[in-house]
Amino acid sequence: METDTIAAVATPAGEGGIAVIRVSGPEAVSIVDQLYKGKKKLAEVETHTVHYGHVVHPRTEERIDEVLVTVMRAPRTFTREDVVEVSCHGGMVPVQKTLEALFAAGARLAEPGEFTKRAFLNGRIDLSQAEAVIDLIRSKTDRAAKIALSQAEGRLSRLINKLRSEILETLAHLAVNVDYPEYDAEEMTSQFLEGRCRYISSQIDKLLSTAKQGKIYREGIQTAIIGRPNVGKSSLMNALTQENKAIVTDIPGTTRDVIEEYVNVRGIPLRLLDTAGIRETEDVVEKIGVERSRQALQQADLVLLVLNFAEPLAEEDRRLLELIGRHTAVVIVNKMDLPGQLDLEEVKQLIGDKPLITTSLKEERGIEDLEEAISQLFHLGKMDMGEGTYVSNARHIHLLNQAKESVDEVIQGIEAGMPLDMVEIDLKNAWQYLGEVIGDAVAEDLIDQIFSQFCLGK
Amino acid sequence: MTTYDAGHYDVVVVGAGHAGCESALAAARMGCSTLLLTISLDTIAYMPCNPSIGGPAKGHVVREIDALGGEMGKVIDKTHIQMRMLNTGKGPAVYALRAQADKVLYQREMKKTLETTPNLTVHQGLVERLIVDKGVCHGVVTRTGAKYFAKAVVLTTGTYLRGRVIIGDLSYESGPNNQQPAVELAHHLLELGFDMVRFKTGTPPRVNKNTIDTSKMEEQPGDKEPRAFSYETTEFITDQLPCWLTHTNERTHQFIRDNLHRAPMYSGVIEGTGPRYCPSIEDKIVRFADKGRHQIFIEPEGRETMEMYVQGLSTSLPEDVQLSILRTIEGMEKVEMMRTGYAIEYDSIVPTQLWPSLETKRVENLFTAGQLNGTSGYEEAAAQGIMAGINAARKVQGKEPVILDRSQAYIGVLIDDLVTKGTNEPYRLLTSRAEYRLLLRHDNADLRLTDIGYEIGLISEERYARFNSKRQAIAREIERLRETKVRPTPEVQSILVSMGTTEINNAVELATLIKRPELGYKEIAQMSPPPEPLPADVEEQVEIQLKYEGYIKKALQQVEKMKRMDEKRIPAWVDYSKIAGISSEAREKLEKVRPLSLGQASRISGVNPADISILMVHIEQGGKAYLKQDS
Repeated sequence: METDTIAAVATPAGEGGIAVIRVSGPEAVSIVDQLYKGKKKLAEVETHTVHYGHVVHPRTEERIDEVLVTVMRAPRTFTREDVVEVSCHGGMVPVQKTLEALFAAGARLAEPGEFTKRAFLNGRIDLSQAEAVIDLIRSKTDRAAKIALSQAEGRLSRLINKLRSEILETLAHLAVNVDYPEYDAEEMTSQFLEGRCRYISSQIDKLLSTAKQGKIYREGIQTAIIGRPNVGKSSLMNALTQENKAIVTDIPGTTRDVIEEYVNVRGIPLRLLDTAGIRETEDVVEKIGVERSRQALQQADLVLLVLNFAEPLAEEDRRLLELIGRHTAVVIVNKMDLPGQLDLEEVKQLIGDKPLITTSLKEERGIEDLEEAISQLFHLGKMDMGEGTYVSNARHIHLLNQAKESVDEVIQGIEAGMPLDMVEIDLKNAWQYLGEVIGDAVAEDLIDQIFSQFCLGK
Repeated sequence: MTTYDAGHYDVVVVGAGHAGCESALAAARMGCSTLLLTISLDTIAYMPCNPSIGGPAKGHVVREIDALGGEMGKVIDKTHIQMRMLNTGKGPAVYALRAQADKVLYQREMKKTLETTPNLTVHQGLVERLIVDKGVCHGVVTRTGAKYFAKAVVLTTGTYLRGRVIIGDLSYESGPNNQQPAVELAHHLLELGFDMVRFKTGTPPRVNKNTIDTSKMEEQPGDKEPRAFSYETTEFITDQLPCWLTHTNERTHQFIRDNLHRAPMYSGVIEGTGPRYCPSIEDKIVRFADKGRHQIFIEPEGRETMEMYVQGLSTSLPEDVQLSILRTIEGMEKVEMMRTGYAIEYDSIVPTQLWPSLETKRVENLFTAGQLNGTSGYEEAAAQGIMAGINAARKVQGKEPVILDRSQAYIGVLIDDLVTKGTNEPYRLLTSRAEYRLLLRHDNADLRLTDIGYEIGLISEERYARFNSKRQAIAREIERLRETKVRPTPEVQSILVSMGTTEINNAVELATLIKRPELGYKEIAQMSPPPEPLPADVEEQVEIQLKYEGYIKKALQQVEKMKRMDEKRIPAWVDYSKIAGISSEAREKLEKVRPLSLGQASRISGVNPADISILMVHIEQGGKAYLKQDS
């Protein structure tokens, strides 16, 4: 009956040990296959079997998590459709990322109660359970409506409403040009429309980056500590973790070789990357310093570059300083307790407006300054921690991405010389996607807009 | 009044405006004995307002009517005084043909067609009542006591139904242009229990051409290239008349502002809801106060008359004010007004009381069309007219109704909007109402609808054969362009450069090359001509279908989604009062509209996706209960 494939977290939200993501629909197996890396393709496995492997993002190829995947083919499944269940480590990060990867592979987020509804419609649930299903749909929608309502007063929906009215005005202008060709409204030009779309696209980008900020709160700022051997990376890490009571997410029963540590710096969660690597390489002679740093930088939201005050600036230091060029970074000159060999003025010139902190980790000096600098960089203090729920956020990000894609397609269409009334289809889509974010879909709005914006008539 | 049996018909059509004419012709041509009744034989196919047919969305509809076997396109092709393609600077989906009509010739031509159509009787008569027994309509009764019995009745009362003309503080019962109104019938419909609303429309004054100075205005000529609405038209009118463009000015606006207290719009005389897209000049001045001037188009009412229509100056201000306003306009300083502009109020039926076939839910075998259903515009009326005529005939013949969906035709959009959402102002079609307008193009109305027209018996064998060969030629040529590649030979490269586009690096399919903005079918055919030259309409289709393939595909995907929902029928046993969990607003709307499919239900404003889910579950549940009872 249904033709699309849906996905959602089937276990309660929160930091449970294991989270199960359920995928249901005709494409369930092929969609999961796009992000599952294991011994066999899931398309080839027997039904009702469990498989070990990894989830890798289909576009970025980032390895997300180590998982167990259960393949169950129709009709002996909960929904009587093909179902694949992915068991992730229960942390927010792998679950969120796996879900995003599934959307990227073609699944869509399940609506509240949709698995149950499908189960019901496909004859899986007994007749007597029908009312329970109805209650479920109703209560979940009410909850969704409440969330939408609470956000309707929030910043997100104000911004979205603003963007939507910009788009609506543009659509109305296009419509007037089409429906009233002789009316003396200025003809919408492709340059004008392109400019508008670029602006809207950049605004959606901004929104997406605030979504990223929200994610930062949930997942931590990915922080890379880099520097030559023996500059004090390990000490810095220890100082941060001791000071801030590190949370070590060593999930039981797994064989993860990367242990990540979370520290809380003035309310900002930092997730220290590759801490195991740092510990290891501080002990042995580091052969791959810059290369390793380069890798760490790729995933980092924040870079802490450590320099040694007791030595002059080395060639490797210069390369690292170049590397952090476009990143959010703090440069830490450590070992201030030793006689200075480093030209601080030169370092200041090299790093431009990036903060420079001097520390003596050995004497536990300068850590306060560092924490202050980090909190300045991410002045997130005012951010509302209770913004939305986990799922509605995934949904928002998904919809915002679709809206942005649509706007970008308008721009591409214009560049390809397509008539404006053709590319309008994408602009309308963007408007609808944005509307779905705030729970306000298609309406008569456009017609109203046309007649309030323009003076038309015989 | 004593009544008498005046005869038995399959279909009786009441009203001979644009809806009534199409209705009667369709029913008669489908083999039904048909009677067309009109208050006056002199106002058959009368255009009481603007002397033009077509334009964006409306012109599309005229083509659709023609593809279904209707008459409007053919008649205007024979009687226009000017034809223009609008929006040619835009994409092909919004090209729009518009004709200036010779009103008198149009009427005469349509009347002759009606009079010479087999199975069709035309008669003058004012219908006052319907013959309704146990919720089924069996005919009509006229003021003269004639009882006409019918298996189906189509009502197209236009603005005649309890019509009231308003000019300043003057108001009187009247149909358009001082025709007799239909008052009794309005009361009778209320008695039958129909929900009625009061709508308003208006028309500008008419002036004498000899008293205006067109040299001060901008001439608006017709297109040089011959154009036609009908796919059957082969003879084109070459002798065209121009229109003229002038503007209101600050003096005009000041004069209107000074006299606003005399405008019925603002003094409270008018109770009906007017259309926003057709505001009176006084309304424009008030609502768009910062606009320094408004366009005024001067349009001839016909070839044999000096009477000119003043488009843009619709008004119900008092007569003396109208004349003074006219004389503030450049080129009209000495103008003589021949007819006074007026507003007209009339009764309409709330269209959510109709099935998508245009049959009323309340009274079986009764169909309604045109302004009675809350629309405005000749084309909107004709579109409903032909559908009501077709479906009345099919009902008589015991066949399923023909319902066009939103992806098939503007007619489908129009009717679905009316019966699903209703309207709180006179409804006008706009391209922006069609979510699939890339598919509902002016150029492909025949490809969309000729099959249906043929199947219902309104398209001749000969025309259908011609259509099929066109369709095949398009498919063949598209196939050829997909299969033929050009290689980057020096010759090809130089052709490409000469056409203002860039060279190619590899062999490229012609179907891909045509997507370049600089290239069209003509250029492609120059590089690789078809085996034999193709007619222009085939070339046009090939170009559009290939050039905009990506967008057309996108639209088709959206249609697929809609179709899935539209295919899910809502069974007749569904009782909305028994569905738990549905919101009360949704329940009320669903009970009123009684949608035929989940798709239609989802388009009702106030019915949200959760309500649809619950409805789906309910249907599934009921379906099982039903099966259980059966076994």
